[in-house]
Formats: sequence, structure tokens, C-alpha cells
Amino acid sequence: MSLDADGNASPAAASDGLVISRGGMAALVDVLVRRGFTVVGPTVRDGAIVLAELRSADELPYGRGVELEAGRYRLRERSDGAAFANSAGPQSWKAFLHPSRVREWSADRVGDEVVFTADQVTPPRYAFLGVRPCDLRAIAVQDRVLTGGVYRDPVYEGRRSGALLIVVECTEPGATCFCVSMGTGPAASPGYDLVMTEVVDEDGHHFWARSGSPEGAEILAELPGHPADPETQETARAGVAAAADRMGRTLPEADLRELMAGTLDAPRWDDVAGRCLTCGNCTMVCPTCFCTTTEDITDLTGDHAERWRLWDSCFDLDFSQLHGGPVRASSRSRYRQWMTHKLGTWYDQFGSSGCVGCGRCIVWCPVGIDITEEAAALHDWTRSGAPESAPESP
Amino acid sequence: MVTHLRAATEPGPATDPRPTLAVWKFASCDGCQLTLLDCEDELLGLTERVRIDHFLEMTPAEGADGERARLAGRGPYDLSLVEGSITTAEDAERIQHVRRISRYLVTIGACATAGGIQALRNFTDVDEFLDAVYAQPEYIGTLETSTPISAHVPVDFELRGCPIDRRQLLEVITAHLAGRRPQISSHSVCFECKRRGTTCITVAHGTPCLGPVTHAGCGAICPAFGRGCYGCFGPMSKPNLRSMVAQLRHDGMSERDIQRVFRTFNAASPEYAPVPDLAAEGQHSSRA
Ligand code: SF4
Ligand code: SF4
Ligand code: SF4
Ligand code: SF4
Repeated sequence: MSLDADGNASPAAASDGLVISRGGMAALVDVLVRRGFTVVGPTVRDGAIVLAELRSADELPYGRGVELEAGRYRLRERSDGAAFANSAGPQSWKAFLHPSRVREWSADRVGDEVVFTADQVTPPRYAFLGVRPCDLRAIAVQDRVLTGGVYRDPVYEGRRSGALLIVVECTEPGATCFCVSMGTGPAASPGYDLVMTEVVDEDGHHFWARSGSPEGAEILAELPGHPADPETQETARAGVAAAADRMGRTLPEADLRELMAGTLDAPRWDDVAGRCLTCGNCTMVCPTCFCTTTEDITDLTGDHAERWRLWDSCFDLDFSQLHGGPVRASSRSRYRQWMTHKLGTWYDQFGSSGCVGCGRCIVWCPVGIDITEEAAALHDWTRSGAPESAPESP
Repeated sequence: MVTHLRAATEPGPATDPRPTLAVWKFASCDGCQLTLLDCEDELLGLTERVRIDHFLEMTPAEGADGERARLAGRGPYDLSLVEGSITTAEDAERIQHVRRISRYLVTIGACATAGGIQALRNFTDVDEFLDAVYAQPEYIGTLETSTPISAHVPVDFELRGCPIDRRQLLEVITAHLAGRRPQISSHSVCFECKRRGTTCITVAHGTPCLGPVTHAGCGAICPAFGRGCYGCFGPMSKPNLRSMVAQLRHDGMSERDIQRVFRTFNAASPEYAPVPDLAAEGQHSSRA
């Protein structure tokens, strides 16, 4: 993990970037809209900072922060007026890239034939404003899962290929964040078009913006601002570095893949199963969970059918339904599937962790089940109470 | 008026290829049957695919000849939709008859599927109520309990809700006509909140909500309007009531409130049976 926030790795960062004001942020949204993007970013709705289409930068959550705890999310006022000093909102960008409901095709009986029509909606060109560093890595994870193999998901690919990613680094980690443990933040790793760091100090409210792609550089060139001075860069870097020292959560310093594989029989799974509602919220809010189910429907005439794809979850009994019943009937087996997939078997399947440490599953679990606490308990068990038969890592 | 439309499209029973539909009422409020009439845009299309033969809420006539319908129906019917619970000895007989004359029997709504709100009598002494409410209780013939249809006859499909959801009703009928399994999920209401993008009201506002133990199907209406789900679709598959009760307590509900929130339209659901003890326990908390 790199705490180096200067973006030197990016091709278009020959200059040190630009310092823009709140006015520059307003200009950014205007430029994006003018360039034909559908701008999506954080905004306050229903008592939370949600992701929604923005028409102007006035809709950003200036002066709103969040208090996060396991199973608890509260908005609060921020006297500094910062717009991006918040995290772990109720949605992630997958709501736009990997939508919860998609019609894949429809079929009509025409005479003696059945005519299939694939749904080929041209997706909007999204500009995502305010992608957190962990979210950027989550998008990279979904890229691998949904477009990295033999079978590529056209829905995801269509939305993803045109998407412009504007990352805002983290200066205010939430109490449930653990990106440092996962090596995904609070500084941005490559993959963005633009990256910004928000600085609020005696000189005012600024954003230090750098580009990470030719398109990002073009957009940056259209914004009002001044070349980044060393002081602003210094303050911004210090803010991100300080955030790394204020992580709300950590994962045990162990090989997580081995930890998961070696604790499949731990009694802790029964403990967490006693608390887990199997409601599926954790998988739905997780920015990397990708599972879907299909529903085939017909209409009353019997001459028209449609196939829909919907978000699914390994907490659903139907998820593992075979003839005779679900394979994962107990809540123990379902919670264990979720956690071992996120932290363990994802490596075997996709070569990385399935968790980026965003903390959403902790916040949005109605009963506050905390993946870091569960991992720590399993880790403790291997070190103290584990029976000899438990396969300890060599 | 609908009868009139039917007559226009009806070639007569002998040559009519359409499957027949019957709608039955037992102890209930009629809300679920009305959901069928509520399918305004689809009703015409529906009558082209099925012959609605017995539906007293819609018409006093039965069959194509317009003869006056009897409570017991003429039968047989391809698809029977049964609303209401069994609360009298006569109805306990009648449901046997309805089953005999129905090829495929679907219960619609909380009363038919779980006993309904009238199943509150199951937890107390009915005679006491009779004495308190009626001047001459000897004229009232009622059973000690209100029971779901499945306690009396085999049921082919149970549709949840108080009342049922219009789209789900159409899905069950459409699936039956197409000979496929209805797309009705038994997971939690939370799935529906998340899919429609509703911010969780328990986590963001501390509002008590039964969504995590409640059967999906409504489309998560209540949380979308900032109100906690009160479980009108009844329990989902394998709900964790111990943890749910602890959470409701954490969100400020008293033992009495917790008992009462589960004692509504699906009060007699077997899954809810442990709730009074769990609410009384007061000790267990997953949120220590
Ligand atoms: S498992 Fe939890 S913390 Fe990790 S990426 Fe998913 S939601 Fe975020
Ligand atoms: S944790 Fe469950 S829902 Fe998420 S990707 Fe894995 S199997 Fe799918
Ligand atoms: S861990 Fe929490 S959010 Fe996930 S299924 Fe269990 S109770 Fe629901
Ligand atoms: S949210 Fe709950 S109470 Fe409201 S309609 Fe749906 S199931 Fe019924």
C-alpha cells in the first residue's frame, strides 16, 4: 500500500496539478454536463449521503459529515464546510455499473416463430464524482470479475467502458473504515481520470486536482484555478497521511486466506450465526459483491416473455437451492460463505481480496455484525483455543 | 359490467378452451379478492385467458348461462383462489368441498395463509369474548381458533400479504397458465429495499423495522416512506427471531410493543411462536 499521494505514476501528471476552489468544483460539474456526462455524486437524501445524479455542484454534501458505527449511520453538521469528509454511504457505484434490475432480453411469439430481442440500451456516459480510493479498488475488483474472464458481462462493460472516474482521497476516515489493512486507501491508487484532495484551512476551501488520463487532463485544463503550490500539496498530503493513522478498524495481521481456510470449524461461526438475520444487506451494500439471479416472466397472453437479472445474495436460501432443498440451509453456513468468499476464496477465484475495507457491511448490517471483529475472533481462536485438529498455517 | 365483457368473448362452456377460475371467501375482509378486480389494466386480458366462473364479489351469476351462483359453486374449477381463514364448523366442511372441486388451489393473503388477525382468538378464551361482545352469545357459532387453509386441506401455493400484491397475484395466475413456477421469493424485505435503493431506516434513523424477518413481495413499500415494516407479509424462510427481537429492543421497543407488533395479521404464524418468550427474556442482546 502506498501513502504517496502525489499521483506521479499517472501519465498526465507532468505538472503538479491544479488548485481549484468551490467555484472550480462548480465549474467541473458544468464542464462534465456540457461534455455530455451524466454526473453522479454524493448528495443528501433521506437522512444519508447517497449517490445520485447531480445537476450542479450545489447538490454536493457541503458541511455534512457522518457518524458511523456498526449498525448505525447518522448525518451531522460539519463546521468546516467540507463536502467529501464522509464515507460508507448506503450505496456504492455498483448501483450504476452493475444495476440491481436489468432486462436482458424479451421474446415474442410471431406466427409460428419465437423472436428474441436482446436488450441493448445505450447506457449514459457516467462521470462518477467523489469515488473513494477504496471504491476505486472495488471497481477494479468488479472489472476483473465481470469483464476479466472468458464470459464478459455486456451490461457492466457498456456502463463501465465510458465511465469517467473522479476520485477524492480520504482525509476523514469513518469509524468503520479499514482500507489501510486492505491496502486500498486512504490515498488513491492508479486507475482514475482525475484525483482530488480536499483541503480546508485558514486559506479557505480548496481541492488539489491532478489528472490520471488524457481525458482527465483535458477536463482539468478547462477549470479555473492556479497551479498547485507546494504548501497546498504539503497540507493535502499530510491530511491523507494523517487519515491513515486514524483508521476506525483493522483486520488481523495474518494471511487472511489461510485464516479463512483454517477456521471453517471454529465455534465462532455459531456465535455469529446466532446474531445474523440472514437479511442479505451486507452483500447488497458491498461494492464488490456481484451475484445475480434471473427471473423469467411471461405475460397473460402467453405470447411475450422476458428475462430479468436481479441482485442476489448468498444469504438467500434460494441461492443454493438444488433438488431437495438449499445446500446452505443454516445461517452459519450462509454467513461463513459470505465471509470466507470476501476474505479467502476470492483470492483463489480472482487473485485478490474480495474486500476493500470500505466498512459498508459493518455500518449497514441492522444488527451491527462486524467483519473485522469476526476475523479477529477467528484469529484469536487459531492462536489460543483452536483444537489440535484445526489446520494451523504452517 | 365485467360480466357483460365476458359474455362478449365467451363461446360457451362446451367449446370454451379457457381454464376456469373460482374465487372463494372464508373469514376475511375481502381486500385480497378485491386485488383481482384492482388489476384494472390486465382484467380484460385475464378474462381472455381464463373463464371467471365463480366470483361472488364480482357477479352473483355462475357460468356462461348466468344462472344464480350458489355458495358452494358448481365446479370443477381449474384454478381456485381462496381468501380467508377457517373459523366455523361450516367453513371447515366447505373448504373440503372447495378442495375437491379445484385442480389447483392457491391461498391468497394473510388470513388464508396464516389465520389472519382473527387468529388473535387462538391466544385467549373465545367464550369470554362472546360473553363480552354479544347480548345473546348462544346465537354465535364459532370455532375456538382461526386456522389457515393449509391446516385443513393440501394447498398448491400460498400467496402472502395483507392485502396481497397485485403484481404477485398476476404472476401466480400467469405462471399457472404457462405451466411454470411462480417467481415469488421468500427472502427478506431488505432485499427489496436495497434493490430499489431505499436507505435503511433502522441504520440511518434508528426506526424499528421487521423487514429483516419479513417475507418479501410488497416491494418494500413502508420503508420507502420512512415507516418500519410491520410484517404484513408474514415471516420469511427461517427468520432469526431471537436476533430480531434483540434488535427491536435496541431500537427502543418495550416488551409489550414487541409482543404486539408480531400479533397482527400473521399472529398465528408458527415462526412467531417464540416471540413472547424472547421479548420477556430481556437479557439476550446481540448489541451488547
Ligand atoms: S466486505 Fe464489507 S468492508 Fe469489505 S468491501 Fe465489502 S462492504 Fe466493504
Ligand atoms: S459474498 Fe455472497 S453475494 Fe457476495 S460475491 Fe460472494 S457469494 Fe456472491
Ligand atoms: S451479517 Fe448483518 S447484514 Fe449480513 S445478513 Fe447477517 S444480519 Fe444481515
Ligand atoms: S413493508 Fe412490511 S408492512 Fe409494509 S407492506 Fe411491505 S410487508 Fe407489509
